[in-house]
Amino acid sequence: MAENGHKEHPKYFKIFWWLLALTIIEVAVAIPEYSIVLKAILLIGLACSKAALVAIYFMHLKFERKTLTAIVLTPFIICVFLVIMLMPDLTSDDRHEGIEKPAEVVNTSAH
Amino acid sequence: MEHTTTLDHTEDVYEPSLTPDSLGKLGMWIFLVGDTMSFGALLAAYAALRAGAGVVGWVPPTEILGINLTAFMTFLLICSSVTMVKALESIQNGNVSRMCMFLGLTIAGGFIFLGLQAYEWYHLIKHGLTLTGIPDHGLSGAAISGSTLFGPTFYAITGFHGMHVTGGVIYLIVILIHGLRGRYTAEFNHEVEIVGLYWHFVDLIWIMVFTFIYLL
Repeated sequence: MAENGHKEHPKYFKIFWWLLALTIIEVAVAIPEYSIVLKAILLIGLACSKAALVAIYFMHLKFERKTLTAIVLTPFIICVFLVIMLMPDLTSDDRHEGIEKPAEVVNTSAH
Repeated sequence: MEHTTTLDHTEDVYEPSLTPDSLGKLGMWIFLVGDTMSFGALLAAYAALRAGAGVVGWVPPTEILGINLTAFMTFLLICSSVTMVKALESIQNGNVSRMCMFLGLTIAGGFIFLGLQAYEWYHLIKHGLTLTGIPDHGLSGAAISGSTLFGPTFYAITGFHGMHVTGGVIYLIVILIHGLRGRYTAEFNHEVEIVGLYWHFVDLIWIMVFTFIYLL
């Protein structure tokens, strides 16, 4: 009788309303003008909770073995790490100095 | 039924040992993990380019893109995810015609999404967002030079996602044809679950793309 055990499946429409509410909140948070850092934290938090809802309930991660959750979480952690590792290279002042210098060389050689 | 077949964990309905069915599911999960890395790399590249351009050198995407349409597209994908889980639930209850109906609704959701994306791209290209340029908003030189990278990253990321939706729609149509031919029953339905995993993943990625590209 409980071959697929779907009696324990969550109420999918409840998840749907949550996702819809979070999407509306996201748009409401994104429209007004204020600190980009605060906005980024709020939006990334909301997006991650939506993604978690989809993965846990729609993709049945909650009902799978725990090892699978560990496998699935790994790339997300690596992606966050990837962004953090790229940041110092792209936001440091050295980078802008490096770009300006060749531009000056081009200008002097043209004259 | 499991009280006659399982040996040591009668209560673990969701943790059966690896069978050909669950191997297929594991295979799809591993593919999705790899795909997450592809999208992660694209989004990380976008974040890095934007951070590198600074606040002045990057036009806020909300000034170029329309949020309302894409918020509706997000809503549409969430709806199609619900119809997908409903399709799986139906076949697990042995209701083939209900599963086919829900699969059809999921496919319709995918088609409408693709249509709206084509409509959005058409209008963006018409208004000057191309691989090398951005719409003229009376910007200074520095803002224009940084923001020209917005076009290529935008089209690469949404295009990559759109291709996933296209693939998903084709995949769903194949499963629907199998379903109409009576391939799936209450006992044999893991293929429906696997296409569901893929479809929910596409939804999940769009949630991320919507946030990072459109809202931030």
